[in-house]
Amino acid sequence: MSKIKIVNLQKSFGDFTAVKNSNLTINDKEFFVLLGPSGCGKTTTLRMIAGLELPTSGEIYLGDEEVGMLRASERDIAFVFQLFALYPHMNVKNNLSFPLKMQGYSRSEIKTRVEEAAKLLRIDHILNSNISSLSGGDRQRVALGRALVRRPKAFLMDEPLGTLDAEFRELMCLELKKLHIDIGATTVYVTHDQLEAMSLADRIAVMDGGEILQADEPSVIYNKPATKFVASFIGSPGMNFISIDQGISNEQSTLNIEGTNFNIPKQYEISKGKKNSFGIRPENLSLTNEGGLKGSVFGVEYLGSRKIITVKTNFGEIKVKTDISKSVKINENVQVKPSNDNIIIFDGETDKSLKSEFMN
Amino acid sequence: MDTSRSYLEPSSFSKKLAATIIIVYTVITLIPISWMVMTSFKNVNSAISYPPEVLFEPSLEGYVNLFTNRSRQSQEYLDSLPAPETWYEELVRSREMVITGPSKFLGRYSNSMIIGFGSTFASVFLGALAAYAFSRFRVPLKDDLLFFILSTRMFPPIAVAVPIFIMYRKLGLGDTHLGMIILYTVVNLSLAVWLLKGFMDEIPKEYEEAAMIDGYSRLQAFFKVVLPQAMTGIAATAIFCMIFSWNEYAFAVLLTQFNAQTAPPFIPTIIGEGGLDWPAIGAGTTLFLLPVMIFTIILRKHLLRGITFGAVRK
Repeated sequence: MSKIKIVNLQKSFGDFTAVKNSNLTINDKEFFVLLGPSGCGKTTTLRMIAGLELPTSGEIYLGDEEVGMLRASERDIAFVFQLFALYPHMNVKNNLSFPLKMQGYSRSEIKTRVEEAAKLLRIDHILNSNISSLSGGDRQRVALGRALVRRPKAFLMDEPLGTLDAEFRELMCLELKKLHIDIGATTVYVTHDQLEAMSLADRIAVMDGGEILQADEPSVIYNKPATKFVASFIGSPGMNFISIDQGISNEQSTLNIEGTNFNIPKQYEISKGKKNSFGIRPENLSLTNEGGLKGSVFGVEYLGSRKIITVKTNFGEIKVKTDISKSVKINENVQVKPSNDNIIIFDGETDKSLKSEFMN
Repeated sequence: MDTSRSYLEPSSFSKKLAATIIIVYTVITLIPISWMVMTSFKNVNSAISYPPEVLFEPSLEGYVNLFTNRSRQSQEYLDSLPAPETWYEELVRSREMVITGPSKFLGRYSNSMIIGFGSTFASVFLGALAAYAFSRFRVPLKDDLLFFILSTRMFPPIAVAVPIFIMYRKLGLGDTHLGMIILYTVVNLSLAVWLLKGFMDEIPKEYEEAAMIDGYSRLQAFFKVVLPQAMTGIAATAIFCMIFSWNEYAFAVLLTQFNAQTAPPFIPTIIGEGGLDWPAIGAGTTLFLLPVMIFTIILRKHLLRGITFGAVRK
């Protein structure tokens, strides 16, 4: 296993730049997730690490070796495809031994390794089955097995759970995590599903428009998003933004919105312009009778343990996550107020979060 | 109203109608073929009798005549010979003839085999490589090239017979197996490329990518992963190519005489005493039919999947 480092990586298809000047370091034995909406360049990045696409410029290091221009077959990595890409004309055993045959292992060695991987993934009972007769979960396990048998330098996975139904997905998520702990392999995992990313990752890189916006641990990504996009993409629902037509000065700790003063964490950075946003997650807001932003209840979503109340204000719709005991009526006049100081100010010109006592 | 069937399923009336049409069509198609097979088992006289005989005494004379050269001898000479050793000698002697040697049929037949299978293999192999390239690589002027390849089939191949004839004479390819294989491959290749490209497009490229990640080169991945999955398309293409090159008559007449002559131009020239030997011709065409029939039967499972491919993903 080894660490992966990409330096100033760029990929263009004609006029379209899929990946812009990206830098990343993925540590040895780390479960690293590339997260972003479709078309954000995460799959292209992964395919460049795999050698299925060649970078337009930049370097990729696998361990200490620069592999950017090497063929996929020369890189010693394993790739799990979204559609599994199991060879349909071979049975499970042959699928698993296919990569080993190329590396010239003896028959007995191949047999041992295949059985070992099969046992680990609990597919040893279906070794002689045809691929077409397998369920989605078993296909997924075989695809993982084919990656495992080679003991490669790194595992790359392109939305491997994307085609499974919800029940299987949860199960496979757990299995993947356990497998990663068991074998401790450097893993790069691409997904657009933030829940998957949150539950699997040691670290997450959020991408949009070909750029890596933030790469950090899941809790940091969630609580201290570096940009407005990260804040809105992560979380369900995403962060609320309230546009404020005022600059932010150093040491500022209150903010006047619609005549009401709100306490904000002490700011350490001056905003570039006068159009900024005030960001706060739905669970950090509460409904109150006075001293908040005025609005009326637009909708109530019942989520079992929590309720999401959408309040229509002069600043657009604001979502509030509350206890289920809180009962409101549609069109009822309410006020919304932060319940703690997990508040982030985003610079209107750069969309980046400003440094503060909270965002340190 | 009958509600026991799905709305999409054809009614029993339309099923019966379809079956009737198919049966009638099959019977019409089979009449000349069964007449040909019947002729091959007639003797020379019953083959040309009028009105035609539907019921007749079967004879293997046509097949014996097909495979042998014979000469007529006087009764005294025949009497002086030792008794015939085999059933076919006996049959020939009963016509007051003796076998002078094997005919050219077997040689022509094996020429057909070599040229037919040779050009089929070449068309499918080259076609598969070209189709793969067109399907996977960014080929400059791809659409124009594909159209150009297709355009080679927009005129009947025989329209270029004269230039090909001259070219083949200059190149020394006339009346050679290689020449005929090249010619039929050229004619079949455009069909093969187009048919196979469709099949290659249907194969997800992840399979080769997986193989390449597993340590195989692109060419190895092509042979180990792509070709096995294109089997359906290859079978369908092979049948079409085989039927064309096996049945081709015009170029065979024009370009081959002795060395590489195929069966189609040879069979109609089988002459018996006093005109064409119809039972021998019937026997020749019946035997000529067999390889394509067997080839198609072996591959028919793929053929059926092949021509409906893309309609239903597996």
